[in-house]
Amino acid sequence: MYRNKYRIIIPFLAPSLLLYITFVLYPYASAMYISLTRWKGLTKAPEFIGLENFARMLGDDNFWNALGNNGVYIVVLPVITLGIALFFAFVLTQGVKYAKFHRVTYFFPQVMSVVAIGVLWSFVFHPTIGFLSSLLRLLGVAEPPVWLGNPDTVIGSLSLVTIWQAVGFYMVLFIASMESVPDTYYEAAKLDGASKWHIFWNITMPLIWDTFQTAVIFIMIGSTNMFAITQTMTGGGPSRSSEVLSTYLYGEAFLGSKFGYGTAMAVTLFFITLIISTVLTRILRRDSLEY
Amino acid sequence: MSTQTILEQDKARRVRADKRTSLSTFLLNSLLAVWAAIVIFPMLWLLYTSFKTDKEIFFSPWSLPAALQWDNYQRAWVDAHIGEYFANSFIVVLPSLALILILSTMTAYILARFPFPGNRAIFYLFLAGMLFPVFLALIPLFFLVKDLGMLSSYHGLILVYTAYSLPFSVFFMTGFFRTLPSELHESAIIDGANQYQVFFRIMLPLAQAGLISIGIFNFLGMWNQYLLPLVLMTNAKQYLLTQGLAYMLVQQYYQNDWSALFAAVGMIMVPTLVVYIIFQNQIQKGITVGALKG
Repeated sequence: MYRNKYRIIIPFLAPSLLLYITFVLYPYASAMYISLTRWKGLTKAPEFIGLENFARMLGDDNFWNALGNNGVYIVVLPVITLGIALFFAFVLTQGVKYAKFHRVTYFFPQVMSVVAIGVLWSFVFHPTIGFLSSLLRLLGVAEPPVWLGNPDTVIGSLSLVTIWQAVGFYMVLFIASMESVPDTYYEAAKLDGASKWHIFWNITMPLIWDTFQTAVIFIMIGSTNMFAITQTMTGGGPSRSSEVLSTYLYGEAFLGSKFGYGTAMAVTLFFITLIISTVLTRILRRDSLEY
Repeated sequence: MSTQTILEQDKARRVRADKRTSLSTFLLNSLLAVWAAIVIFPMLWLLYTSFKTDKEIFFSPWSLPAALQWDNYQRAWVDAHIGEYFANSFIVVLPSLALILILSTMTAYILARFPFPGNRAIFYLFLAGMLFPVFLALIPLFFLVKDLGMLSSYHGLILVYTAYSLPFSVFFMTGFFRTLPSELHESAIIDGANQYQVFFRIMLPLAQAGLISIGIFNFLGMWNQYLLPLVLMTNAKQYLLTQGLAYMLVQQYYQNDWSALFAAVGMIMVPTLVVYIIFQNQIQKGITVGALKG
């Protein structure tokens, strides 16, 4: 059956390996080197400066500001998004009316591009044309906040949009997992007179734990990015108050021609995601339950 | 206590319990309806606003349009080049999708079915690609594409899209091919088929379900991609849809043609919504498949 097998192995593997090594592995590998250089791009060759870029980062207030904003997202987005998603997933698998309609509706924002959503919500938040401010005025708020124009509200506003988009996605993920839990577990619990609250914590959560763990890691890594939504809605403003690592490094590299420094920040971003996923896998590890 | 009173007490208790459950059911249903409204209303508002004049948009954000301004759509499609951006997105995404499906199934098929020295190593090499954020590669990638003379070219972006979609697609399809029975392969070879015939006539049709999942996953991922075109397509004539829309938003600060911008988002949203409603099950499966790679 495997006669002359290399006649198929080589032509089937070569094109994808070539593409993958050239456009994916090579840039990843050279990023490690570029992060150790000073590089203005264009004509000059990168000049090796060791860890100087990383040292400079430590004293760069804008870097810490961006990292701090990522930190807020990393804490806020998983807690709220996954909380709402779990709640809706549980409710919708308990046989309520119109469950299918809700499921289809809640998921839709996930299908749209982040840019389109960013534009849509910058209309919603707009102080004169947006419906949010005029709604608040109608309800008696004399001076509704300038959502995206005020450093105090901008992070909250961007979080709101991200939560709005992501809830349906995680809900569908949890529903798929919850639906594979055998009904007999729920029936037995009901016969014992367990409340919904007990059923959720003692039956549902332990049985969907693997999916939950994946979701936590997935959303936290997403929170270290936030590029498209920030770039379209605020560009990191006002005065850098919604800047995140990704928008800062993009600006430093492609607008400020500091390619070495930008790459050093990208390397830092990579190590942050690596640490998050290893630490979380450790913390969240439980013996998975067989059923 | 007579049997009569016990029965009555029992009945009263049941009525109270029913009332309580019906109250909590009512609260739950209201909560679900509220979230549905929060999801739907901004989009609905955008749609009807896209038919208003700029004056109506500014002075009465809530009201319905007095007359339908189809002209907004005309301006977005032609003057703001949304039509061209749509075409550019198709020009890049469709060939990329075809390449990804062909290359990832060929690779996955070999890795799943043919033992040879280095097989595992190549599989893990592809797997490694899923560990890294695209941001890490971004700057070297920009210079690589530039040095290859493929900056602002459709074929450059197609190759990049294909390359970055390979790790997950190969991983997913390898798992898929491993589940197919090997007897099929053996008996086809005994019947005199060559390896290529086995792949194209037997294995590929069997992998259809897997192809649909990664097809949807990759299509949406590339269609909605913003970062890579932003860096690699620097010529405004070749902007993809996401880029063009973001560019249009920035332009509004100078041009103040808000109604056309509303129309632009509307014409991106409506086809997406229609396709989504038709294929909702496959799309939900296709998108969530990506989270299961962990």
